[in-house]
Amino acid sequence: MHNFITQYLGTGFLGGLLSAVLPLLFILPYALVTIWLELKISAHMQDRVGPMRTGKWHGWAQPIADVTKLIQKEDIIPAAADKALYLLAPALVFTGAYAAYAAIPFSPAYIGADINLGIFYIVAVSAIVVLGILMAGWSSNNKWSLLGAMRTAAQLVSYEIPSSLAILAVVMVAGSFNLNDICAAQSGWFWNWFVFGKFPFLFITFIIYFIASLAETNRAPFDIPEAESELVAGYHTEYSGMRFAFFYLAEYGNMFVVAGVAAALFFGGWNSPFGVYLSGPVWGAFWMISKAMVLVFVQIWLRWTLPRFRVDQLMYLSWKILTPFALVNIFAVGLWVVLR
Amino acid sequence: MNWYDILFYAFALITVVSAAGVVLSRNIVYAAFSLLFTFFGVAALYVLLSADFLAITQILLYVGGVLVLIVFGVMLTNRANKVEVKHGGLTLAPAVLVAGVIAGTLIGVLTTTKWPAASFEPYEETARPLGALLMTQFVLPFELASVLLLVALVGAVIIARREKARRV
Repeated sequence: MHNFITQYLGTGFLGGLLSAVLPLLFILPYALVTIWLELKISAHMQDRVGPMRTGKWHGWAQPIADVTKLIQKEDIIPAAADKALYLLAPALVFTGAYAAYAAIPFSPAYIGADINLGIFYIVAVSAIVVLGILMAGWSSNNKWSLLGAMRTAAQLVSYEIPSSLAILAVVMVAGSFNLNDICAAQSGWFWNWFVFGKFPFLFITFIIYFIASLAETNRAPFDIPEAESELVAGYHTEYSGMRFAFFYLAEYGNMFVVAGVAAALFFGGWNSPFGVYLSGPVWGAFWMISKAMVLVFVQIWLRWTLPRFRVDQLMYLSWKILTPFALVNIFAVGLWVVLR
Repeated sequence: MNWYDILFYAFALITVVSAAGVVLSRNIVYAAFSLLFTFFGVAALYVLLSADFLAITQILLYVGGVLVLIVFGVMLTNRANKVEVKHGGLTLAPAVLVAGVIAGTLIGVLTTTKWPAASFEPYEETARPLGALLMTQFVLPFELASVLLLVALVGAVIIARREKARRV
């Protein structure tokens, strides 16, 4: 089922390469569309119209113009920066964001690597992003960058715990770490989705996962790593041009990863909401990307609605609210699964 | 030579070169970041040995936990990049002795062990049998380890709290 590409090109070098490159061909147009959406949505939420001129129709070409500008910009390396690590950090951050795409089931016929431990792998590789951000913050030799990097590490390490506990609750219900199997376990009409399963425990799980995943993407209300009013731009203060664009691309890539994981875990992934109607490999990709894009929209919506947390509020939310709730929840779901 | 062999040598090279970077680097931050590539190379070698659960756990615990804490600690140290990692000559003799004994033992084991060459087999699921074993045959060591970790956690909190109270 999953070996759509390997069926035609084999498991050799060519098939592997194409499987690995395909998500990249998705990320680039997806990032352009989402940047435009973010510009327009934020504008309308603030009673503005946003970009209207570039490309005539509602400024649709604005992100293309922005990227063109970023490519042309000078690549500035601060004299006091640690050059080797400074150059490596954006690549590492993007690697961490991109590595997660390997295990996201885009459609019943395409998943980069159909491994048994897909969701466990996605949780693990997000650690690379943390290290990349720490590397960027330290090598910039700038106090704002360093403070931003420290905050990022503290935040990501704290929120990994409730998000992992939430994921484990779903894994217990589905009996598999493989995201393709988890999607397959939710087939049928939309009331089979896990967000409605074991009511209300998996719904609470979804809320916990979604809040924690917002923190993992470093976006408002969890954007203290790059809080503009305190830290200029946090860990990427010194970056310019394409290296800055890489951080930007990694952030949007991460947004889709957490939204895609949430869609696969709780909203049936590539399953059609209407049972067998409108299902199949291509419709599967349509449903998966649509569900993830709705969640990306919610992320944008929350970013432009809620104010930023303070550092202590951030830690309070993770350790004193989300983690205890997630623990009680996992116990309840486990009991339900055992007593079934 | 197929693709798996090439991948094996590539990952082995990454592991060895970055491990050398950890040991030989004078800059403690470089050493910490070199460790990242060492852990990754080792995880990739686990994957080539069909130990997928072990490989991902390696990344989750060593990269996501241990290494982040190491880098965090190194960065909190003021002027960490100016710290001279090298020691004086006084410790040279015992270091050479210990390293020589360990190297001799390892080379001895390496040459005397019969290496069984297993044929390449497709992946089998490792997470489910591991979990079942941990909950049945090895439940006592598993629970003991978790109690030990809990004790360490509570101990760390108590130590941190006491220091704060004294300062006030």
